[in-house]
Amino acid sequence: MEWIAALGRFALDILRALGHHAAFFFELLRTLPVSLRRPYFAVAQVHALGNLSLLVILSSGLAVGFVLALQTYYALATYGAADSVGLVVNLSLVRELGPVVTALLFAGRAGTSLTAEIGLMKAGEQLSAMELMAVDPKSRVLAPRFIGGIIAMPLLALLFSAIGILGAYVVAVLLIGLDPGNFWSIMESGVDVRRDLGNGIIKSIVFGVICSFVAVYQGFEAKATPEGVARATTRTVVISSLTVLAMDFVLTALMFSTR
Amino acid sequence: MPSEPTLPNVRDLPSSDKLIEFDHVSFGYDPTSTVLRDISASFQRGKVTAILGGSGCGKTTLLRLIGGVHPVRQGAVRIDGEAIDTRNAEQLYKLRRRLGMLFQFGALFTDLSVFENVAFPLREHTDLDETMIRDIVLMKLNAVGLRGAASLRISQISGGMARRVALARAIALDPELLLYDEPFTGLDPIAMGVTANLIRKLNDATGATSLVVSHDVQECFEICDYAYIMAAPGVVIAHGRPEELNASDDPQVRQFIRGEPDGPVKFHYPAPPLAQDLGLRGDR
Repeated sequence: MEWIAALGRFALDILRALGHHAAFFFELLRTLPVSLRRPYFAVAQVHALGNLSLLVILSSGLAVGFVLALQTYYALATYGAADSVGLVVNLSLVRELGPVVTALLFAGRAGTSLTAEIGLMKAGEQLSAMELMAVDPKSRVLAPRFIGGIIAMPLLALLFSAIGILGAYVVAVLLIGLDPGNFWSIMESGVDVRRDLGNGIIKSIVFGVICSFVAVYQGFEAKATPEGVARATTRTVVISSLTVLAMDFVLTALMFSTR
Repeated sequence: MPSEPTLPNVRDLPSSDKLIEFDHVSFGYDPTSTVLRDISASFQRGKVTAILGGSGCGKTTLLRLIGGVHPVRQGAVRIDGEAIDTRNAEQLYKLRRRLGMLFQFGALFTDLSVFENVAFPLREHTDLDETMIRDIVLMKLNAVGLRGAASLRISQISGGMARRVALARAIALDPELLLYDEPFTGLDPIAMGVTANLIRKLNDATGATSLVVSHDVQECFEICDYAYIMAAPGVVIAHGRPEELNASDDPQVRQFIRGEPDGPVKFHYPAPPLAQDLGLRGDR
C-alpha cells in the first residue's frame, strides 16, 4: 500500500508542477503587451543575450560544420556521391543541428545567466523592492528577457547554420578538393527555403520560447539563497535541454512527414 | 538676509486619525511556524512611529504585511480603514504607489547606476521629462549627501552609501507613507545622525507617516513620536511615547532599552548544559 501512496504523491507533485508552470506561462503572456509598449527593454535583452552566446555559437557552428563535412564525405565517397556533401550538411544544419544545438548552447550559456541574474535579484530583494514600488517584476524584468530570448534564438540558429556551412565549405572544397560549383549548386537545388529553412526557423522560435521560459521561471521561483540559485541554474540546463530534445522529435515528425 | 521659512511641525498639529491599523494579526511564512501572534497596533498619520525589537521578532514581517506582500493568517491590516486584500492586485498597486520603503540591505538594482536607481520610480510612475527627473534625482541625492556619487555603479559604493541611495530612492516620489527597515544598520556615526535627522525632517516637511523598524533604541527614541517594542515570538510587549518607555518598570522592556545581558530574554538559544555537550563530567 505504501508504494501506491508514494506513486499518488509523485503524480500529484507532477500535476501541481505542470499546473504552476502553465499558470506562470499565461501570467507571463498577460504581461507581454505591457512590456512591448517599451520595446527598448526587450531590444536591450536581444543584444545582451545574443552577445552572450555569439562566440560559443559561432565557434561551435564552425566546429560542427568541419566535422559534419568530413563524416559526410567519408560516407558519401563510398557511393560516389561526394559532391552532395554540401547538400547533406546544409539540410542537417538548417533542419536539425542549427536549431537544436543552438538551443542547447543557449540554455547552457544565456539561460543559466538569465536564471542566475533573476535569482540573485530575488535574493537581493530587488524584485520585492520593485513590487513594493508598484512595479510588476514579471512585466519589467521577466517579460523583456523572455521576448529577448525568443527573438535571439532564431538569429543565433541562423548564424550557427551559416557558419557551419562555411566550415563545411572549407573542409570539403578547400581541404578535400571537391568542386566548389557542385558544392553550392547541389545545395541550392536540394534545399527548399520554406520547407527546410522555414521549418528550421519555426523550430528555433519554439526552442526560444522553451529555453527563455524555463530560464526566467527557474530564476523567479528560485529559493533566495546561494544554494537555491545554484540549484535553479542547474535545473534550467537540464529541463531546457530535455524539453528541447523531446519537442524536436515532435516538431520533426510534424514538419517533415512524407505522408 | 531673509530668514529661512519655518516648516510646519506636524507633531504640533492635531492628528488623531489612524493611517495604519493592525487588528489582531497573526502571520506565519508556512503553516507550521508563527512569526506574528495576535498583533494589535495603530500608527498615526503624520507621525514617526518606531517598531523596536531584537532580531527575529517579526519587525520586518510587520512592514511586509503593510505592503501587502503576504496575506495575514488571522485578523486584518487596515490602511485608511480599508483592509488590505493581497488577492486584489489593483488595490495593492494603488496602495503601493502611496508608500516608499527602505529595505534592510538597500535592494538597489545592481545593473543600474546610483542616479538610475533613484530615477527608477520616477521613470516608472511619472511622465516627467528628463530635465525634471534629473533635477529631482539630484535633489534627493543631495539630501542624503550623495549627489557627487550619482554616476557611480552600485558595485562601486559602500554598504552605508547603498543604504543612503536606497533612502533617496524611497523618497523619490515623496510618498505619503514611508517604511524604513533598519535604516541605521551599517552606517557610520555621522551618516547615522544625518539619516535620523533626515527621517524626522522629511516627515515634518511633507506630512508623511513614517514607520521605522530598528533595534537602535536611542537613535529611534530621538526622532520618533511613538514606539512599539516587540519580542519573540512575534508579540508586542510595550508601546508608548519614548519617555514613557524609558520610564517603564517592565523587566523585559528595561532589559531591551538598556541592552542588559541578563533578564527575561535569554541570550542563548535553548540548549543542554555546555558541559554535557562538551562531554565533560560534572565533578571536574
